[in-house]
Amino acid sequence: MKIAIASGKGGTGKTTLSTNLASYLSEREQVVLTDLDVEEPNSGLFITAGLVHEEDKFKMVPQWIEDKCTLCGICQRVCNFHAVIQLGQMIMVFPELCHGCYACSELCPEDTLPMIPKKMGKLRHFRKGNLEFIESRLEIGEEQAVPLIKQTHQYIDGNFPKEVIRIYDSPPGTSCPVIEAVKDTDFVILITEPTPFGLHDLKLAVETVKELGKRFGVVINRYGIGNDDVVDYCTGEGIPILAKIPNDRRIAERYSKGQLLYTTIPEVRDELDKIVAHIDKLKKGVSS
Amino acid sequence: MKEIVVISGKGGTGKTSLTASFAYLGGKDVIVADCDVDAADMHMLLEPDFEKAEDFYSGEVAFVIQEDCIRCGKCKDVCRFDAIPIINNQYVVDPLNCEGCGYCARVCPTRAIENNSLKAGQWFVSNIKTGSIMVHARLSIGADNSGKLVAKVKNEAKSLAQKEEKDYVIVDGSPGVGCPVVSSLSGAAFVVLVTEPTVSGLHDLKRVFELVHKFNIKAGCIINKSDINTGVTAEIESFLRKENIVHLCNLPYDESFTKAMTNGQTIVEYDNNHLAEIISDTWEKVKEIVQ
Repeated sequence: MKIAIASGKGGTGKTTLSTNLASYLSEREQVVLTDLDVEEPNSGLFITAGLVHEEDKFKMVPQWIEDKCTLCGICQRVCNFHAVIQLGQMIMVFPELCHGCYACSELCPEDTLPMIPKKMGKLRHFRKGNLEFIESRLEIGEEQAVPLIKQTHQYIDGNFPKEVIRIYDSPPGTSCPVIEAVKDTDFVILITEPTPFGLHDLKLAVETVKELGKRFGVVINRYGIGNDDVVDYCTGEGIPILAKIPNDRRIAERYSKGQLLYTTIPEVRDELDKIVAHIDKLKKGVSS
Repeated sequence: MKEIVVISGKGGTGKTSLTASFAYLGGKDVIVADCDVDAADMHMLLEPDFEKAEDFYSGEVAFVIQEDCIRCGKCKDVCRFDAIPIINNQYVVDPLNCEGCGYCARVCPTRAIENNSLKAGQWFVSNIKTGSIMVHARLSIGADNSGKLVAKVKNEAKSLAQKEEKDYVIVDGSPGVGCPVVSSLSGAAFVVLVTEPTVSGLHDLKRVFELVHKFNIKAGCIINKSDINTGVTAEIESFLRKENIVHLCNLPYDESFTKAMTNGQTIVEYDNNHLAEIISDTWEKVKEIVQ
């Protein structure tokens, strides 16, 4: 069972919900929490667990070998991303533009552009009781999040059986990193806040998950600020509202310190119970 | 003309509300570029008229012409992105996985694969209520190449500013440290970092500053909601001193941010109080720095 927690707008509570939900669920069963916001991974600030494994993650990029090159220009012509450029007697490679398609390398008649690994980030795996926590972190200056997200999915799929509940803390937005994070999941929880920005970005997120053909529900965070437009929109569109996390200064303060909420704030635990009930219903649907 | 870029690393710190306030204070002197093309929100505060709209094409996606396909499977073999699954005995491109590298088309012996250009979004030039102009955009759902759309929006804003002899371009950037952020930073005279005193806010500030530092751009910082956690605020302040980042101001937690937004207003219009005063002093400070 794969559940992604996503939002169009940043800062609406993805990490708060992911960490609290995963930690709460792990009180009764094994849970895998994965932070796929590889540009700014924050879940680890709220989870204290022991490191069990870490590995560097690489993407493959071409490296030019001068000796054999006949400067035929094929590599430059076949690269759609302008990552390989011929300058006079030299072939220049721009690794940050390379998508790793191998076209230049494999179509080179003289084998002068072998693919070599370049570090793009690091994956770390932590454990605390029933909670498995995996975080991937993009190197600063590395522009593409998608390859690292893809490899993180592969790590999870290779290390945990299908039945285990997996929660994915996704990147914000609606572009390629979100698609990569969400596309293979069974259910998406969209978290938003009841403000005009929240509503506008929720609509974009809804369009995105609909396009992907995903089942989804909405959680409203900071409920009580702003206005009723988000509730009205969800009701009108027939989108289930799974929970409403109240606007509460205690929550903001605990969050600011990197603390989980449900352990001390009963209103948050009550809302998590509603989400858990929904997940249990989905699980029955998936297995039957 | 000076370019000022507002970013935050972490989302939801108040970046757009503050950028819109600066745009309001700067009035006719400022051209606004909303470069958060993934989740562009500034139009809700600045009343754009969408005077000019243009489609934005970037990147390609492969398409298999089934009549010409001899099912040799070479395309599938070379594709590194698992974008050519076999469905009902046919090789079909999955556009979500296709990176548009064109490798498959190059190895197809019967030229049965064509590359179609992708509509990656739309961009607009609008007159806004400040008496000036805003360039903004909307990325197509799930589109790649948001960095290129960011560059487009920024370059349009810059050439308008030059043509109209405006003093400033203010850029609202996206969260994160990836390609759209990198794209919004190039050419900036000054970066305003908006953060909040939470463990995530500080963590993300450090990462995004590392990126700004690589570009060698002078930076200043606004600590929003500074009274939520005075301990972390103090930590952020010492980080700013250590890294030589100008501490622009602290803004207390205030629900006028949300209330102004709900009214479709910038904070400086909504509230002629303490917050408005701090923000307007900060804008003066920023102008002084970039002179």
